[in-house]
Amino acid sequence: MIGDLPIYAMHCMTSLWEALAAAWGLIAGFDATLAQIVGLSLQVSLSAVLIAACIGLPLGAAIAVERFPGRQTLIVLLNALMGLPPVVVGLLVYLLLSRAGPLGSLGILFTPAAMVIAQTVLITPIIAALSRQTIEDAWREYDEQLRSLGARRLNAAMTLIWDTRFSLLTIVLAGFGRAAAEVGAVMIVGGNIDGVTRVMTTTIALETSKGDLPLALGLGIILIGLVLLLNMAAALIREAAQRRYG
Amino acid sequence: MLPLLLEQLTFAAGGTPIIKGISARIEAGLRTVILGPNGAGKSVLMRLCHGLLRPTSGRVVWSGLRSGDPRRHQAMVFQRPVMLRRSALANVVYGLKLAGKSQRESELRAMDVLEVVGLEEHARRPARVLSGGEQQRLALARAWALGPDVLFLDEPTANLDPASTQDIENIIQAIHASGTKIIMTTHNLGQARRLGDEILFIGGGRLLEHAPVDRFFREPASSEAAAFIKGELPWH
Amino acid sequence: MALKTNAIRGVLLGLAMLGMLAAPASAQQKFITVASTTSTEQSGLFKHLLPVFEKKTGIQVRVVALGTGQALDMGRRGDADVVFVHDKVAEEKFVAEGFGVQRFEVMYNDFVLVGPKADPAKVAGGKDIVDAYKKIAAAGAPFVSRGDKSGTHAAELRLWKAAGVDPSGGKGGWYRETGSGMGPTLNTASGMNAYAFTDRGTWLSFKNRGDLVIVVEGDQRLFNQYGVMLVNPAKHAHVKKDQGQAFIDWVISPEGQKTIAGYKIGADQLFFPNAKR
Repeated sequence: MIGDLPIYAMHCMTSLWEALAAAWGLIAGFDATLAQIVGLSLQVSLSAVLIAACIGLPLGAAIAVERFPGRQTLIVLLNALMGLPPVVVGLLVYLLLSRAGPLGSLGILFTPAAMVIAQTVLITPIIAALSRQTIEDAWREYDEQLRSLGARRLNAAMTLIWDTRFSLLTIVLAGFGRAAAEVGAVMIVGGNIDGVTRVMTTTIALETSKGDLPLALGLGIILIGLVLLLNMAAALIREAAQRRYG
Repeated sequence: MLPLLLEQLTFAAGGTPIIKGISARIEAGLRTVILGPNGAGKSVLMRLCHGLLRPTSGRVVWSGLRSGDPRRHQAMVFQRPVMLRRSALANVVYGLKLAGKSQRESELRAMDVLEVVGLEEHARRPARVLSGGEQQRLALARAWALGPDVLFLDEPTANLDPASTQDIENIIQAIHASGTKIIMTTHNLGQARRLGDEILFIGGGRLLEHAPVDRFFREPASSEAAAFIKGELPWH
Repeated sequence: MALKTNAIRGVLLGLAMLGMLAAPASAQQKFITVASTTSTEQSGLFKHLLPVFEKKTGIQVRVVALGTGQALDMGRRGDADVVFVHDKVAEEKFVAEGFGVQRFEVMYNDFVLVGPKADPAKVAGGKDIVDAYKKIAAAGAPFVSRGDKSGTHAAELRLWKAAGVDPSGGKGGWYRETGSGMGPTLNTASGMNAYAFTDRGTWLSFKNRGDLVIVVEGDQRLFNQYGVMLVNPAKHAHVKKDQGQAFIDWVISPEGQKTIAGYKIGADQLFFPNAKR
């Protein structure tokens, strides 16, 4: 048995090299199908993160500056929702959008729109909960100054969103990372339809199930690379802005 | 707006009394300095007057105000001013727009006050990269731009070097000269002498003495005030 | 400063437009949704078959590949126009319940038993699948099942029954259920060097075989019939009746049948058309 191990390890090493080669091949070859899949991934996840930010940031800010009964419960709930399993979200959205479900008449199951909805549901709590924390910390610093200047809660919330924008950018990116990386929800509500709802993660799942592990891993490397690029860009913006705005 | 009447004002935080029944009448025209050692309750008293804190009991009455929101007629500069993450100009404009001015009107007014405090060259610079003294001058400009009847200043020079302190004091004098009532806290006796017309001396949450500045320093009525002026520190 | 703000606004606007683009890229195009099985999708049959149909009719076919049980459920909920699966018993029930209009037989492929070259249960080369099952159970040799109520899983269970073995007795021991599709199950079998029951199409296109080879094939009982059904418009009014029926008609037409027969991986034909028309 022990004698088998090095061979097994070598086999794994070979697979990794094959994966790197596959990733390089995919990028260098610039395959139209791959470009379409990557494009759809970005389109879906960026749309989802945009919508989630439009809901999550004001929501986080509102909870940060408002005092109302049940606030603490809401915060706990939001924090818990950050851990929502994508499959559960997928199922919920599937049941909602299914022809037999309450929103079935929209007929958007198995379309990119359905995937955007599922990812939005998945990451809105993340953006809301994390931005609530960030904005509340800032609120402690700004509270008296803003009230002294005559800002009402709504003004204050908007001001805080703007003033913590570099921290919020990181939060939004975390949301994007989660959206782009998840497979469970988009698989269920998108159906992984070739050319219509096939994104990077569902392709990876498909290639894995076809046993083409190097190709699957190669796609994974590209996905990580994309997310990495985006984060690097954000880090640069953040750093430059921090230097500029203090 | 003025005079400002404090009627049996008390304030407790989490059950700990901080202001223990202060009554006073603060008139227009005079520069009022709230003096006292650290922990005496100066800042809390000022926040009660400005409306940032709600008294546990007692009242803050702006007896000269006929109608409207007293908050519209006052402004405050904090010991550590909070600079919004935007340009110096935008910081001043921010307050003016909250007060209902148009963008154009706000910018014109903001440029004027920035010039008065000597920051016109820094108008487009991000507020947070300004030096401590410049930030405090900007905070003064932001408050002054609102054209308040009363300006509260909480230890406005506590963290500044002598040159910056001099700048700030000059600006405060100018604001006073323009007709705005000054109410400030300090624990700096020299500053109290230079800037004050009357002293409210606070100790242990009580008003121990309310007197014109000359008399306060010449013949303090309370033993605490006498000790404070002599530089003894009976509270610590 | 103003310039910067404008730049930010521009970026936001761009993102918003991107979001709108993501919605319906499809509104203009005619399409039907077909609920089918992983075996047809992953074997590559649809990639071969559908473009021919699309070119001829202009109807795009969107395939959602699931297990047969899930695919039929999708039809029941009205989320597909056509169901294209392989579990005759379940299909007939689907039609009898009124969810499907009529069942048409399309083609068959066959199942094979794959297992490690070392062949611990000594079943290699046999033609009798039931006998092989008995030997595996007797030897307690590792066997990986899909356990996902798919058509393949149903077929596997029927064979255990025929062998007089209740494999659930070996659960956690020699009999392992993955609860997932054919591919993941084969990945597991390959990793464990276990026997597994698979359709030939998925096996032929499966790349991560490790030490696995086909050990039993060719038994009549391994034939796997595919059927196609239109989801009943009487139950779900939005079903694209005409376009869905057009697809069914074409698949069982001589042209469709010929196209199915023409799909090969290497020299192997994967599906054998047998529509009755």
